[in-house]
Amino acid sequence: MATTTTELIQPDRLRSSSAAGPATAYAVMLGLLVVAAVASVLIGSRLISPTAILEAGPDRTVVEIRAVRTAMGVLAGVALGLAGACMQGLTRNPLADPGILGVNAGAALAIVLGIAHLGAGGMAAYVVLGLVGAAVASLAVHAIAGIGRDGATPAKLTVAGAAFAAAASSWTVAVQLVDQTALDVMRRWQVGSIGGRPWDLVASLAPVFLVGTVLALALSRTLNALALGEEMATGLGRHTTRDRVFVGIAIALLAGTATAAAGPIAFVGLIVPHLVRTRTGSDHRHLLPLSAGYGAVLVLVADTVGRVVLPPSEVQVGIMTAVVGVPFFLLLVRRGRMGL
Amino acid sequence: MTHHTSRLLTQDLTLGYGERRVVREVSVAIPDGAITVVVGPNACGKSTLLKGLARLVRPQGGTVLLDGEQIHRRPTKEVAKVLGLLPQNPIAPEGVVVADLVGRGRHPHQGVFTRWTAEDRAAVEEAMVLTDTYDLADRAVDELSGGQRQRVWIAMALAQGADLLLLDEPTTYLDVAHQVEMLDLLAELNTRRGTTIAMVLHDLNLSARYADHLVALHDGRIVAEGTPDEVVTEEVVRTVFGLDNRVVQDPVSHTPLVVPVGRHRPRRPVAPDPQADQATATSQENR
Repeated sequence: MATTTTELIQPDRLRSSSAAGPATAYAVMLGLLVVAAVASVLIGSRLISPTAILEAGPDRTVVEIRAVRTAMGVLAGVALGLAGACMQGLTRNPLADPGILGVNAGAALAIVLGIAHLGAGGMAAYVVLGLVGAAVASLAVHAIAGIGRDGATPAKLTVAGAAFAAAASSWTVAVQLVDQTALDVMRRWQVGSIGGRPWDLVASLAPVFLVGTVLALALSRTLNALALGEEMATGLGRHTTRDRVFVGIAIALLAGTATAAAGPIAFVGLIVPHLVRTRTGSDHRHLLPLSAGYGAVLVLVADTVGRVVLPPSEVQVGIMTAVVGVPFFLLLVRRGRMGL
Repeated sequence: MTHHTSRLLTQDLTLGYGERRVVREVSVAIPDGAITVVVGPNACGKSTLLKGLARLVRPQGGTVLLDGEQIHRRPTKEVAKVLGLLPQNPIAPEGVVVADLVGRGRHPHQGVFTRWTAEDRAAVEEAMVLTDTYDLADRAVDELSGGQRQRVWIAMALAQGADLLLLDEPTTYLDVAHQVEMLDLLAELNTRRGTTIAMVLHDLNLSARYADHLVALHDGRIVAEGTPDEVVTEEVVRTVFGLDNRVVQDPVSHTPLVVPVGRHRPRRPVAPDPQADQATATSQENR
């Protein structure tokens, strides 16, 4: 049976780790990210020459506004890409999405409750409320899924999340029906937009975003172990319950940041990790950073295209990601069926 | 075999789910460097006992000791460097290739951001060579046959560095040829590497053939324990499985072979068939 002679072992065959293989994937991702970011600053209902970025002039204000918008896009995109990859890893469901754990619904509910009962107003208040709502939603869903013998299994998390999302959405609608202000705010917020945000909003979200990002990246090996199933992960030395709580916190921080800042942007958290997985495989050490990068690329491209597609008005990024996302997704499905 | 040392053992171990006691006050020692097989009817608690040994289930009473310490008190990552586990339904992530999956066995040896070391690589290579999966390194696990896949999972446990291997019905989804191949592999690991193996098996005859130490479980308690010759007797099989049976000698391995006596098709006297006799005679001559 097995041969033991070492000269038969060709080292190149074992590309099991941080080998040079994915280096190209990172380079391509960073290149696309730079292109998308520059395009997002230059292209809009008013086109700007590349030199305006560097020199003071009449276009300077526009550049600054678009720079904030671009930063917002990167932040939301990275957060959604990471949250989606974590969510898919946690639930072992390749089609999971931050909406599934009730995070979006929880954020929305907190915002309408804040407006209706606490008299909250202004972007900063909505962001704080959104984060709180996302966190409470994650905790509640984990607590509900944790009831019973096996604890919070992926299947129970999914069901609990869906149930929580339905309940929170109903409550949100009920509040909107009686509160006109809440209705107006939510109508805009629920579409998903990264435009018109003040610079200090980006700055105030950054710490939460950074903690979430570092936590998520630190969990890549944990997610690799959890992917092998409950018993195998325990056998490899994981405390699976504790691990899932940490992954849940990362998701809440990231999805909460993105949702609070930009509203629910659909498809990014679903499609980006899915696409990255088909290319680079299921190793979270690469899946997470690449999903983060491509999340930003997708949000920036969708936002930029949305600015020019129906002049003179803009199509919000939440609608554009759906428009871009659906054909993308169909393409994936088709390719999957044709066996790649 | 009787005076073996045991790194892994249980003392009055009681396991269960809620009110239901599945394993009751079981004291069993897994002899080092030997193959231990736990047998018993469905729902006798054999899988649960294995899970208890692997610290997957918390004891309701009694303890599991690994190297003299309570397994649940020890850091689970340290336990993972000694104890490898192949559960009944491990999940291979979609599209994962063999080398990657085996590499995940290095998990307990790695920190949050530590890089892949030469030691990791050597362990993965050795595990793949030992399990004859080296040539499959680049293949997607989804595309492998059931037998190949089981070998990959064992490679993963070996990459973990495990001296003790716990397997929950590793032959369940395999045809008879692959069952034998699988058990041969485990026997080879046991003799060549000195790996201690404890597993749950369904097939009593294969158990008797491959086990050094056999544990028969019934209703959560040990009914018989010892060498296959001591355990696989007509009386024990009748008690444990409630099956009327005859025990004869396995013509190949000379271990006990259980022949069930069913209610149907029993002892129908076979009419003497000269042709059949002749056929047997010829085949014996050919040997």
